[in-house]
Amino acid sequence: MSRQRLNQWWFIGTLAAALLLMLVPLPGALAPFKPYWPALVLLYWSLESEDRVSLGLAFCVGLFADVLDGVLLGEQALRLCALTFIALRFRSRLRFFPMWQQALAVLALLLNDRILLLIVRMLAGASVPPASWWFSPFVGAALWPFLFLLLDDLRARLRIQ
Amino acid sequence: MARARDESSPLFAGNAAGTLRLIVYLALAVVLMVLDQRNGWLWRLRSTASAVVEPIYRLAGLPAAGARTLSVAFSDRQHLTSENQRLREDLLLANAKLNRMAAVAAQNQHLKKLLDTQHSLELNVQLARVIGVDLGAYRYRLTLNMGSRDGVKPGQPVIDAHGVMGQVIEVLPHTAVVMLITDPSHAIPVTIARTGLRTVAYGSRDGDMLTLPNLPLAASVRAGDQLLTSGIGGRFPPGFPVGRIEQVAPATTGMFQVAQARPAADVERSADVLLLHDQAEPEGPPGLVKPVGPPTSLEPSTAGSSASPPGAPPVERGAGP
Repeated sequence: MSRQRLNQWWFIGTLAAALLLMLVPLPGALAPFKPYWPALVLLYWSLESEDRVSLGLAFCVGLFADVLDGVLLGEQALRLCALTFIALRFRSRLRFFPMWQQALAVLALLLNDRILLLIVRMLAGASVPPASWWFSPFVGAALWPFLFLLLDDLRARLRIQ
Repeated sequence: MARARDESSPLFAGNAAGTLRLIVYLALAVVLMVLDQRNGWLWRLRSTASAVVEPIYRLAGLPAAGARTLSVAFSDRQHLTSENQRLREDLLLANAKLNRMAAVAAQNQHLKKLLDTQHSLELNVQLARVIGVDLGAYRYRLTLNMGSRDGVKPGQPVIDAHGVMGQVIEVLPHTAVVMLITDPSHAIPVTIARTGLRTVAYGSRDGDMLTLPNLPLAASVRAGDQLLTSGIGGRFPPGFPVGRIEQVAPATTGMFQVAQARPAADVERSADVLLLHDQAEPEGPPGLVKPVGPPTSLEPSTAGSSASPPGAPPVERGAGP
């Protein structure tokens, strides 16, 4: 019972940490390199434990992120829904990819996410972002193996405890 | 670990229910976005959720504040001493300038009183601190640690020691969001200090420059010209430095000149900013003036012997003979 609860809190905690990290700015010149943390953490959970992540959860996380960001309500909900859907659809294959292939898949997913964001922002009347705006998916994909291993390791330890 | 769920989702899964659910959620998100764009729901939602949102902002701002503290704690004594020295010199210079200005300002005040205008040189400001939070809008926003409880209102201009930074666009009880003048969707009416030419400076895509896209070809504009707020539009009070022109080139259409200007304010690095409280008087047609006639005290005496109307004000002073 308490193991169950611990798992639940761990799950919620990682998502909350991802949302918090989304808000923390990187100093000066590093700022465009900030990965989209909620997407990475949601991806991890949708690959690792499918029964926890659903489209509804992705939608709710996205809505909360929108309330925090204050840009456009529903924007991140849309992006995270699309991302989670693709990840869940190809989950069985993605899970057995070697790590570098998985990172490439994550790169494709994050690029797709950026394109969605660009479409939404353009329709909402924003201007075209600078070129440095496209760095973020690459950083996210490069960080993916480390994030995956770290979260896996932490999860295994928590299970053992 | 093998899960029962894995067998139900084969390698080439394609269940219609999942797709349908996706479409429903996407449609919901699109509807939300459209409604939000039209009605500004998000802001209302944010102000009701401010009890949750604001602590999270403070929490997310901690690393930036911590980094600032650490950089002070670990910077060597030499650096701090030289910075202190520099600040001392700046203060001395500013004070000297102020002392000289005081006499001019008093004279100006006196002359303005004679002219009966209400523009004043007094600054009614409030110091606010920047919270280091990334709001995801291509970094054209700032978050301040003051909100509606501290008397901040949307539309208030925000300045720093060097010039105009932007304006408040959203207010939560203890937090305010500032749109920087470098935001591509921001425009600020300016005048070029050397020639007095009035124009509009827009933010630019790259985020740290201002663009003046429609300067007349005949206008004399050159690099180094200073831009001041013109006060037209009534949002920003006149006379604050906005930026300095760095380059001028003819537009691709050949009908205008386009200038790039660097903002005077330290848009990227300011940690403390000033919120201006007194907004500029809106310039435009003056308000209706009450019809002016002879003072009411004179009225009965000019009416003279004729019967005064019953509603006429009582006479206090005998103005007549």
